[in-house]
Amino acid sequence: MTIEVDVVQAPALEMRGITKRYPGVVANDAIDLDVKPGEIHALLGENGAGKTTLMNILYGLATPNEGQILLDGAPVTITGPSDAIARGINMVHQHFMLVPVFTVAENILLGDETMANPIFLDRKEASRRIRELGTRFGFEIDPDAKVGSLSVGWQQRVEILKALYRDARILVLDEPTAVLTPQETEEIFEVLRRLAKAGHSILFISHKLYEVLEIADRITVIRRGKVVGERIPSETDEADLAELMVGRSVELTVDRGVSHPGEPVLRISGLGVADDRGNPVVRDVDLEVKAGEILGIAGVAGNGQDELVEAIVGLRKVTSGRIDLSGEDVTAHRPREMNEAGVAYVPADRHRFGLVLPFSLADNMVLTSYYRSPFARGPLRDFDAIDKAAAEGIAKYDVRTPSADVSAGTLSGGNQQKLVVAREFDRPLKLLILDQPTRGLDVGSIEFIHRQAIRMRDEGTAILLVSAELDEVLELSDRIAVMYRGSLVATVDGPTADKNAIGLLMATGGAVRDGRQTPPETGVVA
Amino acid sequence: MTASGAEARRGIPGRIWAVAGLPIIAILLSMVVGAFVIWGSELLLPDTAFDWLLPVTAYSALIEGSVGSWNAIVSTLTQATPLILAGLSVALGFKAGLFNIGAQGQFLMGALGAVTVGVMMADQPPILAITLATIAGMAFGAFWGFIPGILKAVSGAHEVVTTIMLNYIAISVLAWAVSGPLKVPGSPSPITFDVGNAAYPIVIGDAGHIGILLALLMTVVVWFLLYRTTLGFETRTVGANPDAARYAGMRPRTIIVLTMSLCGLLAGLAGAGVVLGVTHTMTSSFGTTVGFDAIAVALLARSNPFGIIFSGLLFGAMRAGATLMQIDAGIPPELIDVIQATILLFLVAAPVLQRVLRLRGVSGSLGATETITRSYGREAVS
Repeated sequence: MTIEVDVVQAPALEMRGITKRYPGVVANDAIDLDVKPGEIHALLGENGAGKTTLMNILYGLATPNEGQILLDGAPVTITGPSDAIARGINMVHQHFMLVPVFTVAENILLGDETMANPIFLDRKEASRRIRELGTRFGFEIDPDAKVGSLSVGWQQRVEILKALYRDARILVLDEPTAVLTPQETEEIFEVLRRLAKAGHSILFISHKLYEVLEIADRITVIRRGKVVGERIPSETDEADLAELMVGRSVELTVDRGVSHPGEPVLRISGLGVADDRGNPVVRDVDLEVKAGEILGIAGVAGNGQDELVEAIVGLRKVTSGRIDLSGEDVTAHRPREMNEAGVAYVPADRHRFGLVLPFSLADNMVLTSYYRSPFARGPLRDFDAIDKAAAEGIAKYDVRTPSADVSAGTLSGGNQQKLVVAREFDRPLKLLILDQPTRGLDVGSIEFIHRQAIRMRDEGTAILLVSAELDEVLELSDRIAVMYRGSLVATVDGPTADKNAIGLLMATGGAVRDGRQTPPETGVVA
Repeated sequence: MTASGAEARRGIPGRIWAVAGLPIIAILLSMVVGAFVIWGSELLLPDTAFDWLLPVTAYSALIEGSVGSWNAIVSTLTQATPLILAGLSVALGFKAGLFNIGAQGQFLMGALGAVTVGVMMADQPPILAITLATIAGMAFGAFWGFIPGILKAVSGAHEVVTTIMLNYIAISVLAWAVSGPLKVPGSPSPITFDVGNAAYPIVIGDAGHIGILLALLMTVVVWFLLYRTTLGFETRTVGANPDAARYAGMRPRTIIVLTMSLCGLLAGLAGAGVVLGVTHTMTSSFGTTVGFDAIAVALLARSNPFGIIFSGLLFGAMRAGATLMQIDAGIPPELIDVIQATILLFLVAAPVLQRVLRLRGVSGSLGATETITRSYGREAVS
């Protein structure tokens, strides 16, 4: 694909000198960014670098202190999301804004209803247009399918369709691949390429280096609110981008060294677990994690990993089977008993389980140990001990915060996760369970957390790692188990594992029907 | 004022404004709305000359009647006492993520417990009579809070529904008691005996009973419980994030039962204070709207225990001054209900206020909005 560099043609979107100040911080500092028609432009930056602020400004959710936005060369003032949409700017959010019980067509019509008359929707016309758009961009979708029954990858396509249905010329995708398998990612990229070819401008926000290199025509890197560089993929590599993004050289792959597995610590046999509605979501799982090894569970999100982990830590009832910790039956243990038995757990959803966002960092630091000495003396809390532990944890695990008294909700995602890690890692452990430990984090934080995990392993802790991020599983695990629809379909050796083979197992559970399922080359493992 | 950081520029007045700004604005706006209501009522009663200054007359009478004299101040304190205690009850519930609409029923049951034991102990030494009658009030109230607590913990029944139903049951139980077992034999109307020696001693002015001090003491106790004990930490964690509480090994069900019982205890103490400190007997018409006003008290104070002293005093002052307002300006005391309700509306509409008035540096969160608006589907118990 060639990009015509037309000197006369104005960029579809240009942001000029955008500055946004919040009390105490400059979130965006004179940012220049432009996207040409038919271009895929990636915006790369760590969490907290100012990507979200910039997008909020583009979407009319925030007003810049300085600078202007130009569409097709003409300055505009965007007053809000509906104004942005009316001007052809559409955003596909990281967390889908879809109603699961509605059909594809209903979701797409929501907010921009095609009416047959003042009372009824024109479903027929809507379906026709949806099919037509799908065909044009290479994905055929049934407008009458319930969104809740679609895979995450297809749900994302519904989001894109929603934008196209509104005649989006400029499409902003915020971390679109965070929830996808490698195959789904590749498919979405294909859709994006087609969109670009048809003249749409795409702004692709990400912090995944290899993705940006693969999909973008141009990459703008921002750090601490400033543009620190612009690159063409053919003239750069991951190390260069990472250094730009973080401001120092980063080791993209943590040297995991050699593991020295010892005695089995966690042994699960015949485990069955049901979800909140009583449907079996973990079926007959056998698993063993030894001291000093990392067992990674690969799988597309929603294949029972969360329920498996919740059952182990005592948050969810087990329907069958048993769980042993160092030879002791802990099947019926409650979370506190597991905690006291030397099990730490970094939950997938740090906002829901891991942290109490309105509480201070100090309170969060003792969330699981607040009741024991030295943090409590009888029924009273000992704030001197709590403050001391908080200060130590913050320093040791590099949590960036103005003080231990601010609420956890004010921290960036990376720092929130470091706070959870500081709390869970900083004591002698038998078993450490990491569920999506680096979801939504930037390279710097990921590197840090991976190093800490390796350190814990080398100290003899058994680690169970669950991640929808296949690269993470591949990078850290000594052994890899693939989970598909509640069962473990394969267990392979970590260091020698093949990414595509595992990706395929994740997507199909191993039942490959024909050659079409083989994914395209996605490059080397990052 | 030389510091450049936003935090540094915000001195102590700024921080007070951040916390109290919105309630103060809500109160002032409600007074304005009240003025319009007064003017409107003048228009509806055209036989008297229209007086533009009637709201001013009314409000100055309200102020004079609440803080204008020593007696007025004592009256304000007496009115504020049950509001503060019941306000603490509602606020404690909010802190645990529970919406205790049942303060009214718990208040009534507390009064019933106090009058029952008070009448029985009427001839005993005051220390004994007062202590036992007060404990009975707290125990009855706590039991009335325990019921919705255990229902929620066991079956997930929403406390809003169960406490409202228990309010009605409390009214009926009370009516039955004063017209049946507790009724003075031969009396033409349903009324109980006097509580005699169980009556609270008067410690301030002519009517300022010891319950006022109890209310202040309980404020400190609730604050200490919430912010200095591990139990309070558990309570607040369950309220702020029940999932994280389970993750942290706490027991949300136990906390819910305990908190609801404590809520009931506080509201019951409020009821005991009214019976033992003010009325000394109970009739079937006993009971004001204390338990419901308490919701407004708690919200106005953002569920902060010490804030509740202020909001309780404010609402108590309005109740105390209402009589003089009626005498001087001819405005019925129901205007107080209008103002109180309007304050609530403005508080709940805080985001709108912030936008319309372009308020800066003011915290708009009620600290309880999420509890009030939480859907029935996502419960703390699972």
